[in-house]
Amino acid sequence: MKETKPIRMVCISCPQGCALEIVKNGGEFGVEGNRCKKGIEYARQEITNPVRSITTTVRTAFRDFPRLSVKTDAEVPLADIFAFMREINAVEVRERLVPGNVVKENLLGSGINLVATCDMKGQGMI
Amino acid sequence: MTAKQDWDVIVIGGGPAGLASAVSAHDAGARVCVVEREERLGGILKQCIHDGFGLVRFKEKLTGPEYAFRFIEMARERKIPVYLNSFLTDISRENGSYRLALVNREDGVVLTGGKSIVMAMGCRERTSRQIFIHGTRPAGVMTAGLAQYYINIQGLMPTKRCVILGSGDIGLIMARRLTLEGASVEGVYEILPEPSGLTRNIVQCLEDYNIPLHLNTSVVKVHGNRRVEGVTVCGMKDFKPVPGTERYIECDALILSVGLIPENDILDPLAVDIDPRTKGPLVDQDLMTMREGIFSCGNALHVNDLVDFVSESGDTAGRQAAAYAAESGRSRALIPVKPEGNIMYVVPQFLNLAGNSEAVVYFRSGRTIRNARLSVRAGETELIKKKYRVVKPPEMERITLDLTKIPAGTGSVVIELKEEAGDEGN
Repeated sequence: MKETKPIRMVCISCPQGCALEIVKNGGEFGVEGNRCKKGIEYARQEITNPVRSITTTVRTAFRDFPRLSVKTDAEVPLADIFAFMREINAVEVRERLVPGNVVKENLLGSGINLVATCDMKGQGMI
Repeated sequence: MTAKQDWDVIVIGGGPAGLASAVSAHDAGARVCVVEREERLGGILKQCIHDGFGLVRFKEKLTGPEYAFRFIEMARERKIPVYLNSFLTDISRENGSYRLALVNREDGVVLTGGKSIVMAMGCRERTSRQIFIHGTRPAGVMTAGLAQYYINIQGLMPTKRCVILGSGDIGLIMARRLTLEGASVEGVYEILPEPSGLTRNIVQCLEDYNIPLHLNTSVVKVHGNRRVEGVTVCGMKDFKPVPGTERYIECDALILSVGLIPENDILDPLAVDIDPRTKGPLVDQDLMTMREGIFSCGNALHVNDLVDFVSESGDTAGRQAAAYAAESGRSRALIPVKPEGNIMYVVPQFLNLAGNSEAVVYFRSGRTIRNARLSVRAGETELIKKKYRVVKPPEMERITLDLTKIPAGTGSVVIELKEEAGDEGN
């Protein structure tokens, strides 16, 4: 099989940011430069369908806590991020949530949920 | 004015460093409390809603608020008292312990005391005045952290179209955040020939959204009176503008991500020695400053790139502050750690040979070096020899030293980082 020119990319799985070199050999990917196995999975995903998790905020009904930080519970296709953002920005939270609570289920019919990442109840009191 | 009970350990700051140190001081048996100036715990993590925190400590990718939540829960489980909305206004030494004056809305002035104090105040962003952007003061010139606060905490959009100056991580994160919320980020400008943020943030914050990064370029003029109307950028060489390369950009905001400085002003009355390189106190491996009983950790000690290491230093400072409070006095045999070669800075700056025998040492390289060699020596004895494929200033390195290997009578420990000579083969 013919070897193609290596593709270079930086793994964003963790702050180490390994510089990857991917050689496509027929249907197989050869990955070099990764310091852990996450790099191989990242390279494969990045070449076939790049995905990212979304972290953002949503409006709340509470004046003392106007914005709740949220995240998607799985990564979404990079190309669809702005479509997801439009749906997320229509959400308003009307109860006090804690990290892990689902804010909105099944975003854009993807099966991916929006979950709270901040504690609106404890408010830092101990 | 009220006088409150005394503590073994008082922690100043309820962010990730302070919370970690309070938890570890408590677990070491100390009576500990936390002083926090805001109305909620968590420090800057409250507004750092992006993920990537906790990979080292929890082996999970957490957002900032989730990471903070874990430590807030730990403090809650231990019922560690917290003074919220409380400012530390004065600190003084009295009969071998420290007297603190706090101010808050409920109690007015609170006088309290502690045998040891953990300084975990974090850091502040460098402002436009500190990078010599002078002239009128139109609205719209702000630090990246302030833009982050507006958007993530208050839900306000501070700009429609902006320029970001500086390629620090917060600036890169904000480039993405602003773009996601519908603003247009014209570009990120960096005066240096290489970006100062992590490579992964260049990729996932700029390249993903086609935001250009202009190296060797800076903002030389801000236009506008009431509101920013535009900026002039210019090519730079050795911090000087290159004539003829000016370009005007229309925008309504200039967002600055031009560095962080440890916040230690409150230590002034105690005249704690500060390292001019880190802007944090000089410490030994137990994170005790040159003032007995005063400990420092997190971004107040030196600016970290990962919160995981902020917490790690908090653990150490809390545990050691508890140990110090339980002792009647501490004998110290300090020897300096001397950086050589391409080391930008090293923490701790001293080793206490009468202290803990294991020392965690953090350092940064002064420049990007491929195939770097680290050597840590005590006189003729080499304590550590290590090779790095690449070291970069934005990426902090961490090593541990076994102090029992330091020969008696050694006057200092040298930490040297050099470029590996090509084909020496050693």
